[in-house]
Amino acid sequence: MITRYTEDHEWIRLEGDVATVGITHFAQDKLGDLVYVEQPRVGRKLAAREDAAVIESVKAAAEVKSPVAGEVVETNPAVVDDPSLVNSDPEGAGWFFKLRVDNPADVAALMDEAAYKASAV
Amino acid sequence: MPDPASIPPAPDRLARTPLHALHIDLGARMVPFAGYELPVQYPSGVLKEHLHTRTQAGLFDVSHMGQVELHGPDAAAALETLVPVDVLGLPAGRQRYAFFTNEAGGIEDDLMIFNAGSHLHLVVNAACKVADIALLGREIGGRCEIRVREDLALLALQGPGAEAALAPLAEDPLPASFMHGARVRLAGSDCLVTRSGYTGEDGFEISVPAVDAERLARALLAQPGVAPIGLGARDSLRLEAGLCLYGHDLDPTTTPAQAALTWAIQKVRRTGGARPGGFPGAARILAELDDPASVARRRVGLRPEGRAPIREGVEITDQDGRPVGRVTSGGFAPSVNGPIMMAYVEHAYASPGTSLAALLRGTPTPVRVVALPFVPHSYRR
Repeated sequence: MITRYTEDHEWIRLEGDVATVGITHFAQDKLGDLVYVEQPRVGRKLAAREDAAVIESVKAAAEVKSPVAGEVVETNPAVVDDPSLVNSDPEGAGWFFKLRVDNPADVAALMDEAAYKASAV
Repeated sequence: MPDPASIPPAPDRLARTPLHALHIDLGARMVPFAGYELPVQYPSGVLKEHLHTRTQAGLFDVSHMGQVELHGPDAAAALETLVPVDVLGLPAGRQRYAFFTNEAGGIEDDLMIFNAGSHLHLVVNAACKVADIALLGREIGGRCEIRVREDLALLALQGPGAEAALAPLAEDPLPASFMHGARVRLAGSDCLVTRSGYTGEDGFEISVPAVDAERLARALLAQPGVAPIGLGARDSLRLEAGLCLYGHDLDPTTTPAQAALTWAIQKVRRTGGARPGGFPGAARILAELDDPASVARRRVGLRPEGRAPIREGVEITDQDGRPVGRVTSGGFAPSVNGPIMMAYVEHAYASPGTSLAALLRGTPTPVRVVALPFVPHSYRR
């Protein structure tokens, strides 16, 4: 299992060829209280960095991009029912969707935690 | 390329209110707003701050707003030449909502007028205050003395717990009902307190000497149930209350009738009244009052289906996709627990219950016209 990060403040955790995607603590803090989540359809093919989920906070609208190319195999209904889960547990219960990734090496090529922490200041 | 000399210089340094150090102490996230550095939220966040104000009491720093006094026996009559409001008939100790109008009948700013007995005390929007003060000086500076009170801060204490929180600090009686005001000594400072605000709740606005503002704010925050509230919740609270934000829901092209603010124009200033007209744009403003069908568009409340917030600038269409208006304020309403909007739509589509559509990320989303406010006002009458 490896976890990687994007400069758009997504995290992606790869187990086998399926990866879970969410937003970082830094991102949820910047956005403020989330009030709305719109998930991608299961089965949708996403290109790397394509807009996947729509999120709205009390302050602004934003997108969650797919960090790598793949197909959506599952979405998290809990964050649609209660968007505040993304604020309270962004890197756990507040995950957005799972992807069957086209190429697991694409994940490994993203920033590791140290590189992300150094960039997100 | 425009002439560089015609572009106003960007302010290289934001102004600070007398409560700046307190905001930092409280862990506020500071943002630029109308040339000031102000708290958008504190660590508890916008949702909790909003709900706290509706259930207990919220303390807001609104010191960025302009406070201006008009002195002299002719001040009320002079001010009536700039606003379509009954100022001469405003009793001492009473406050009234007003707006400066232009020759086209549009609104240049909205403001509060308080009759302090010896003078009028005006509160104007931060983003408009330079223009408002220039307007007052140019148009009525010869008829009254204009004192810009940059030595005063302005706090708002809002919510059902506001009176219980303020009373222990007050050495004089507090104003007993909405839009009344009085001079009150609060924690040793001589303040002007009005029973008014921008949240739809009972509450007070407190004009306090800037040098005493932090001490008073800390004394209020020490009262049970009082929490500091930032600009984020101020915006969602006023939107739920159906109150206009100048520069968004009101601008120089919107007339009082379009903005559904005709209630603010008393009979005495209307056609057939004792002092009809006599303010900028009177011909158009009074014609629209006399013939509501002539009003091209109207400010309305809208609620969408679903939970996605729809924000300022989104186009509103009829059910066939023809554009009929635009959203001027929109977002998630914590007390409604759903999205709400204010918009201007063509007159024929302004009745509550009308079905329209909003183009949300390119997709038409059904919306319905609803009566304002979204959350009932709880003013003390």
